[in-house]
Amino acid sequence: MLKNIEALDQVVIRFAGDSGDGIQLIGSEFSMATALARNDLGTFPDFPAEIRAPAGTLPGVSGFQIHFGSVDIHTPGDSCNVLVVMNAAALKKNIDGLSKGGIILANEDGFDIKNLKLANYPSGVNPLDDLRNNKDYQLHIIPITKLTRVALSTYGLGTKETDRSKNMFILGLICWMYNRPMLSIHEFLQRKFGKHPVIFQANIDVLNAGYAYGETTELMAERYTIKPAKMPAGKYRSITGNAATALGMLAASVKSGLQLFFGTYPITPASDILHDLAKFKSSGVITFQAEDEIAAVCSAIGASYAGLIGATASSGPGLDLKSESIGLAVMLEQPLVVINVQRAGPSTGMPTKTEQADLLQSFHGRHGEAPLPIIAANSPSDCFNTAFEATKIAIEYMTPVIMLSDGYIANGTEPWLFPSELELAEINAPFAKVIDGGKFHPYQRDENLVRKWAIPGVKELENRIGGLEKEDVTGNISYDAKNHELMVHIRNNKVKNIANNLPPVRLDSGLDSGDLLVISWGGTYGSVKTACLQLQAEGLAVSHLHLRWLNPMPKGIPELASKFKHIVVPELNTGQLKSILRSEYLIPAIGFNKIQGQPFTIQELKDSFKTQINN
Amino acid sequence: MTDTVAQHIDYKHALPAEVFTAKDLVTDQDVRWCPGCGDYSILKQVQTIVPQLNLHKEKIVFVSGIGCSSRFPYYMNTYGLHSIHGRASAIATGLKVANPDLSVWVITGDGDALSIGGNHYIHLLRRNVDVNLLLFNNQIYGLTKGQYSPTSVEGQVTKSTPMGSLDHPFNPAALSLGADASYFARSMDRDPKHLQTTLLSSAKHKGTSVLEIYQNCNVFNDGAFFIYTDKETKALEAIFVEDGKPLIFGENNTKGIRLNAQGKAEIVSLEETSINDLWIHDVKNIDKAMILSRFYDDPSDENHLPRPFGVFYDVERPSYDDQVQFQLQIANATKVPTLDEIIAGNNTWTIE
Repeated sequence: MLKNIEALDQVVIRFAGDSGDGIQLIGSEFSMATALARNDLGTFPDFPAEIRAPAGTLPGVSGFQIHFGSVDIHTPGDSCNVLVVMNAAALKKNIDGLSKGGIILANEDGFDIKNLKLANYPSGVNPLDDLRNNKDYQLHIIPITKLTRVALSTYGLGTKETDRSKNMFILGLICWMYNRPMLSIHEFLQRKFGKHPVIFQANIDVLNAGYAYGETTELMAERYTIKPAKMPAGKYRSITGNAATALGMLAASVKSGLQLFFGTYPITPASDILHDLAKFKSSGVITFQAEDEIAAVCSAIGASYAGLIGATASSGPGLDLKSESIGLAVMLEQPLVVINVQRAGPSTGMPTKTEQADLLQSFHGRHGEAPLPIIAANSPSDCFNTAFEATKIAIEYMTPVIMLSDGYIANGTEPWLFPSELELAEINAPFAKVIDGGKFHPYQRDENLVRKWAIPGVKELENRIGGLEKEDVTGNISYDAKNHELMVHIRNNKVKNIANNLPPVRLDSGLDSGDLLVISWGGTYGSVKTACLQLQAEGLAVSHLHLRWLNPMPKGIPELASKFKHIVVPELNTGQLKSILRSEYLIPAIGFNKIQGQPFTIQELKDSFKTQINN
Repeated sequence: MTDTVAQHIDYKHALPAEVFTAKDLVTDQDVRWCPGCGDYSILKQVQTIVPQLNLHKEKIVFVSGIGCSSRFPYYMNTYGLHSIHGRASAIATGLKVANPDLSVWVITGDGDALSIGGNHYIHLLRRNVDVNLLLFNNQIYGLTKGQYSPTSVEGQVTKSTPMGSLDHPFNPAALSLGADASYFARSMDRDPKHLQTTLLSSAKHKGTSVLEIYQNCNVFNDGAFFIYTDKETKALEAIFVEDGKPLIFGENNTKGIRLNAQGKAEIVSLEETSINDLWIHDVKNIDKAMILSRFYDDPSDENHLPRPFGVFYDVERPSYDDQVQFQLQIANATKVPTLDEIIAGNNTWTIE
């Protein structure tokens, strides 16, 4: 059958189904196929905290959104153009996110009486009936479960095993619709089921059945092509934020020549960093799953005392528990990398939902004056650079560093033009050397106020350090009033001085004066960047500054800000960076805030920025 | 593989340890425990035995938490880390795993190890990290000036328990063996010779060694252990156990311990019972060590058993730090991917 082929420059597809339906799997496999088709892309997995909420219910709905195109993609997209729903609950939960004119692919078998009831539809109501007549959407009802069973009828597999493959049907169909090569999916299935040839072949058959369904059925009239994106030349891979974070630390370990010790306690959404690093034992990486969050950070402090890169990762609740120990690392002035993959709080909050509400905690979440450098990643692949830089600063400045990531970029994927080892910066650990005839003083400092790292095993450097206040230079215990004040200032200045060696403030886009300066940080980068670029294209005098280092901030912020009429700080919190900018620089920044566990949409950012300009 | 720490250290001393003495272990810091504190004796005995261990002085690290005992590292001219309350065991775990070549000592107290640090304590023991843990037990909070501790006896009147403590105390021996400690011993500050012997034994144990030291706090809990140290009571109240020897105590060694038909320990008179029928101490026998750990009666009870001192239990099982190194070696024995290979992963594509 001859099908129309329509060219598009970008598409957003959202897969939704029960958390047992394998939605995340088809999402990531479709992403890989799309990356290999040379499109730029961004993804957003949106899954429930429950591992298996009751099947068919609203809390059990798992979603995966992918935005891809021939143009630059910086976000997983606001609303979707295509909504794939495996059951009634998935439709109910996601229909609001579908654009007008959008396509719905619905699994008919997920809309039986039982599923409709589980999704809390009133008795006798099937939402597909209304949608059939709704001119705003193109509805395709496909009996996916039945077709999967037909495809596997000769296999003699149980119903449960057969139905488990139905995600492959939809993956095959979508690959047909968007003309994706399926080789990488075959390879994936080979890796996953290589030891079970029957299951492997069953999945391939269902995948092909889905593809053939698009090809042959009259229901599907349209097929789409999306040209490769114009991306910088080079070698790419697809990467999640958590995987990039693990690689960043590993790279810093290789570049510094120091083994990495990663002490951690499992927590959503940071655990994947542990899983990834645990695979790098042959590179000398030691991973330690501690008995609790405190032991996790303390073991890293112990390892760092021994001369390794001590690192730990967690999310908000874990950071709460680690506070006292991080304060010890501030006092010991010893390298420590602390990764916080932020999630919606307070308390247990919404573990699988994103938020950027731990910035003030990073600044102030320790008793006493306990300053430390803070750096935030802005996208999945940027987690690599950020983790690398956090580790480099921790080592070279002998300080704990907090790296902020968040659930959104930790689980999201994007294509990554990855660097080679040669392109990475050198990292030089300030190890103490034996001074002939002189006595070693553990708190003697260099011009950057950095003390030397004297590790056990080195003769003549034996010394005692701890959490009690130190006498300047000697490091002996001191309760001297003036000394304490001096040490507080030294610790503070040491962190401040890092800005001397950081690039000065630089706009991400826009002119260096205008009506509106948008200042963002962390994982909102992609949405804010896109919103600003679109407003600039509309002719508005909007500029965008994105902060990577939050402490210390790059130099020149107040000077830059003074050249704009309005300053807005969009954040997924109640205005934490805004407060810091106002108190630190007396900048009249206004917040634009969202605290819904979801990223910003580009539209809401644009609307807000326009409102600011017109104020 | 990245370098190990050892490769960064200039090991002039890849040779036998150089000789150093107790004097070399004294630091220039004034010792600031209360006059008469039991900690002075412990410091002295540690400084006495460490030079006998054939260690390189620069490979020794003392790690402590918070409390009177935790000042200890400042007084040892080795590497030392005075950390935060309860966490010494966790820090020592990271330290020892990072560099198994070090001799790591954890200095902790009853509050530090068993209250705020209780979780790290039991996990250190189950992992069997090769560190020497000295548990200074004075049954009181000294540094915070006299509140009851998790080993204070029931009914103990302290600043925070004016009508007597309601808490049932921990039994450190039973707790440690319950957490699968591979070594447990008990000694006391006021018996320097016994303390030295036991310190040497615990230092030589491969895996976590716990040495509980009864330590007198002469300011807030004076005399808590005097019945085990005073001439008049010591013989009847304390029993010194030695591997392979019968459990004998009492004035002129006239009493012994026998395991009866029900497997219960009972006191017998050696005038009536043959020495051959007594319990022979066996440090490799966990069942016997468990029963011994339960010799924890209130000394005011009639028919109470004497309190044991010496090595309760001493077996070898693989230490956590060794096993970590073993896994690293296995991983390193196969082809090690380069950083570039790891970063690239399985699926790459090229944009021209």
